[in-house]
Amino acid sequence: MTNTIRHHLSDEILMDYAAGGLPEAFSLVVAVHLTMCDACRAQAMALDALGGAVLDATDVSELSDGAFEATIAKLAMNSEPRTAPPRRVARGVLPAPLVDYVGGDISSVRWKSVGKGVKQSILMADREGSVRLLRIPGGVAVPDHGHRGMELTLVLQGAFADETGRFGPGDVEIAGEDLEHVPVAEQGEDCICLAATDAPLRFKAILPRLAQPLLRI
Amino acid sequence: MKSGASDAVAEDCAQDVMATLWQKARLYDPAKASVATWVFTIARNKRIDVIRKSRRPEPEDLDWGAGDDAPDQADIYEAEEEAKELGRALQSLPAAQKALIERAFWGDRSHGELAAETGLPLGTIKSRIRLALDRLRREMVKG
Repeated sequence: MTNTIRHHLSDEILMDYAAGGLPEAFSLVVAVHLTMCDACRAQAMALDALGGAVLDATDVSELSDGAFEATIAKLAMNSEPRTAPPRRVARGVLPAPLVDYVGGDISSVRWKSVGKGVKQSILMADREGSVRLLRIPGGVAVPDHGHRGMELTLVLQGAFADETGRFGPGDVEIAGEDLEHVPVAEQGEDCICLAATDAPLRFKAILPRLAQPLLRI
Repeated sequence: MKSGASDAVAEDCAQDVMATLWQKARLYDPAKASVATWVFTIARNKRIDVIRKSRRPEPEDLDWGAGDDAPDQADIYEAEEEAKELGRALQSLPAAQKALIERAFWGDRSHGELAAETGLPLGTIKSRIRLALDRLRREMVKG
C-alpha cells in the first residue's frame, strides 16, 4: 500500500505467524501490518509456501478405518459456506482486520481515558496476551516505561519517536523486556497506535496505577 | 500438524481439514499458491481453531485484478515450479537447520518454547532459523 514504511516485522514473528504459533493479540498486529506493508506480505506468503513445502516433505500418518465415513458425515453436516466470501476490504480509516475487532470504523471505538489526554480501548485479552488501541495527543509523552514480555506497537495515524527512532503509519516497533523508552507523539494530529503485549493484563491493578500517572503498556 | 494433540483430537482435526478442503475446493486458485500451500494454510487455521481454540486474524484481501477470469496457465505453471524449487531448497538445507524449520511448522511451538524443548539457547534457535531462511532465499534466487 505504501513504500514509506521503515520499521518492519522480524522473520521470527512472521515465521510464528505462518506456523500458527503466535498469540492472537500479536497476530492482529501482524495482520494489520501485512495489510499496510507489501514487502512483509510477500514474506508472509513465502513462509506459507514454505509451510506447504514442509507439509509436502512430511511422511503421512495413518488414519483409522472409519476416517473416510466420518469425513463424509462431517461434509453432510456442512458447516462451511458454499459460496465465496466477499472480499474483505475496509473503506474507512481502520484496516479490515481491525474493523472485525472494533465492530466498525474509528467512530465505533469505545475510548477510555487513562490520563494526560491519552485514551485507550482494549480490543481483546486472553491468557496469551492482550491488544489495545491507544490515542495519544500530539506532543504528549507516554511516561518512561519498561516491558514485561514482548510488546508490538503499530502506528495507524500520526507518528511517535523514542530512543530507537521515528515511527509513522504502518511502522512497527518490536520492544523486548530490555527496552526502557519514552515514546513521544509528534506534534499535530493524535497518534493512534495498535499495541499488543504478552504480559498478563492486570485489570485490578490498573486503577491505582493510573493515578501515578504511569501507563503500563 | 498433530502438535502434541491426542490421536483422537488430531484425527478429528484431520477429518475437519479434509471436509473443509472439499467444500472450499472451488475457492482454490492455482495461480496464487501451490496445492500444498493451500492445504497447509487450511490445516493450520483448523488447528488454531480446534486445538488452540484461538483466532488468527488475516490481512485485508489483496486485489489480484483477475476477478472471476480463469487463472492464467503461465501463472499456474510458475506457482507449481516455485513450489517444487522451494521443496528442493528445503531438502538441500543442512540437517539441523531443516529440522528446526520443520519443527517450527509442525510443532506448534514459538521460538521461545522451541528453546525450552531443545535446550538450545533462544539466540541460537533464532540465528539458526534466520540462517535457514537466508539460505532458502539464496537458493530460490539461484534457481
